[in-house]
Amino acid sequence: MSIRISNEPFDKRVEKGINDEFMRSAVSGAQDRLEGRKSDSTAELGTWEDWRDHAEEIRQHTLDNLDFYLQQFAENAAAQGGHVFFAETKEEANEYIQSVIKKKEAKKVVKAKSMVTEEIGMNEAIRELDCEVIESDLGEWILQLDDHDPPSHIVVPALHKNKDQIRETFHKKRGYSQSSDPQELGRFAREQLRKEFLSADVGITGCNFAVAESGSVSLVTNEGNARMVTALPKTQISVMGMERIVPTWEELDVLVSMLCRSAVGQKLTSYITGLTPSEADDEHAPEEFHIVIVDNGRSKILGTKYQSALQCIRCAACINVCPVYRHVGGHSYGSIYPGPIGAVLTPLLEGYENNKELPFASSLCAACTDACPVKIPLHELLLEHRRDIVEHEGGGFSEKMAMQGFAYAASHPKLFEFGSRSASPIVDRFSEKESGPGPVKLWTKIRTLPSQKDDRFRDWFAERERRKNDGENS
Amino acid sequence: MNVSLFITCLADAVYPSSVGRSTVELLERLGCNVSFPRNQTCCGQPAFNSGYQKETQKVARHMITTFEDAEWVVTPSGSCATMVQEYKKLFSDDEKWQKKAEELASKTYELTQFIVDVLGVENVGAEFHGTVTYHSSCHMTRLLGVKEAPVRLLENVSGLTLTELPFKEHCCGFGGTFAVKMMPISQQMVDEKVQHIEETKAACLVGSDLGCLMNIGGRIERTGRPVEVRHIAEILNSRKEVHT
Repeated sequence: MSIRISNEPFDKRVEKGINDEFMRSAVSGAQDRLEGRKSDSTAELGTWEDWRDHAEEIRQHTLDNLDFYLQQFAENAAAQGGHVFFAETKEEANEYIQSVIKKKEAKKVVKAKSMVTEEIGMNEAIRELDCEVIESDLGEWILQLDDHDPPSHIVVPALHKNKDQIRETFHKKRGYSQSSDPQELGRFAREQLRKEFLSADVGITGCNFAVAESGSVSLVTNEGNARMVTALPKTQISVMGMERIVPTWEELDVLVSMLCRSAVGQKLTSYITGLTPSEADDEHAPEEFHIVIVDNGRSKILGTKYQSALQCIRCAACINVCPVYRHVGGHSYGSIYPGPIGAVLTPLLEGYENNKELPFASSLCAACTDACPVKIPLHELLLEHRRDIVEHEGGGFSEKMAMQGFAYAASHPKLFEFGSRSASPIVDRFSEKESGPGPVKLWTKIRTLPSQKDDRFRDWFAERERRKNDGENS
Repeated sequence: MNVSLFITCLADAVYPSSVGRSTVELLERLGCNVSFPRNQTCCGQPAFNSGYQKETQKVARHMITTFEDAEWVVTPSGSCATMVQEYKKLFSDDEKWQKKAEELASKTYELTQFIVDVLGVENVGAEFHGTVTYHSSCHMTRLLGVKEAPVRLLENVSGLTLTELPFKEHCCGFGGTFAVKMMPISQQMVDEKVQHIEETKAACLVGSDLGCLMNIGGRIERTGRPVEVRHIAEILNSRKEVHT
């Protein structure tokens, strides 16, 4: 998989999403639950807005000095025996990871959940080597068993599946014969995964935040699988997006707190893991620790009006409040990054060609902007995309004509009044019918239009003024 | 107090006169001297939200010129009031227009915001009998930051019972051109909104933005639900009916 998860056109994906009743009830239920938990846990802090300001400042400072902190991180990790590789492209990242696997003659890789490895299509690259890749995050493992169904949420990847569907997948793929009780399903998954952990040659994780001052990688998880991935195999690889870094452990403390509360409404998740390369003869440490820092288009975003998108800490708070995501689900975005942040990020990383509907798939309600713990102005970035699409890609001939006509009329009041006066009886004709010209038709297909019937405010006001003046003069 | 009314294109050119009439009468009753600059057109949101920057600038310049001499500008729309606040960003490389945009922004208020924050009035002496629920529009609450004013004014209307709308912070699915460009998605959003309105059992839905009300009201009417849809100006301008 890479960023793109579907070759179907946008309209088709949306139609499929809207008609998937099960998915929609799962998504709206999860949104309400996650948002409720987030509100409780942020209210508990009391000064959430101050925390947001602080977190934003940390992210902005880090991005403004990204070259410095990346170098500091790389030097500190290397000084302790870590192997740091900067990959400009996804191909470079995959080639490096393949080279490690080849050198180790690995036959099995076990991995923790990571969006950046999805983004670069790492699993496919590893499979080319005749090496198995086992997802160990429960949600990701379910999707992997289910013929690589793509994730639909960045924190809860199998959000669109229910326990009966999961039972069915376990039964078909692993001969599971017990009930769809979540505890039984969970126990079965544990048993299955335990064997994988013990037999894997290489463990691969993502990286929630790298810590520059110590050359460490930190992981935020709930299931404990990342601990197994990093403790059992002799060789470990952490793959990180180049922007996922903090200067010191102090900033990590703030951002981890923001991440846990925003993502799942917890003060902290069950496991917060800090991993530092170690040369000492430590039997608990991996023999080799590789860190792959992935650019894959990120440095092109730095210094542009879209830079704030790189502040993202992948908490999905924007996704959990998005009314569009609520009704169309994650797969409709056609990207591993769904929701508002996906609609901003996907066109930046992948271009507009396949993604030009995404910035328009928003009512600009700004719930995302309000929810973001690091204050990315998401709805404003969607507007920036719209401007760039109109300017560089052309917004479509008829829309362009309409907008130029609108701007001309709206800056020429007589024409505006004439135009709206002539339009009114025409619109009135269509107000009750499912018809009308162009956009009117798309409106009246599902809603009625108000009808003025010669009762227009500016006439009433003029008439009233006239009478007032007459009264004064008489 | 001299108030220049920015009626908005929807209240002027699409809706019957009632919303504008109520706004004028209400402001006058509260002691304002209301004028209506006839050259006004639209705030420019259709172009702005569709990504047409130059076209938006053109409309913004016209708006700024039209209201240049106004003492206060009041509009019965949270979304259009928010748009006026955005003008300064449109002219980031044009000092002269940016300054003018800032001047206009500093004297422009949404109707309920003006009544509560500027006039300092929380009870307008209105009377309306019935149970109503209030739709808090996204731009007005999240971007303009006006959350309390309309609720406080409604709570003080004699005879009115206000029931809270579940999921009141959810968007109704209007979003300007979004409503037609992404009609299937917009439909799902407005249907869920209508369902939540029905759950309140209120006989009347009140809002401060005609865009949202046109969307929700149009859907309610099309699907034949018995809920009345009113702009807040109409409610705040209601008086006890005197039968002679």
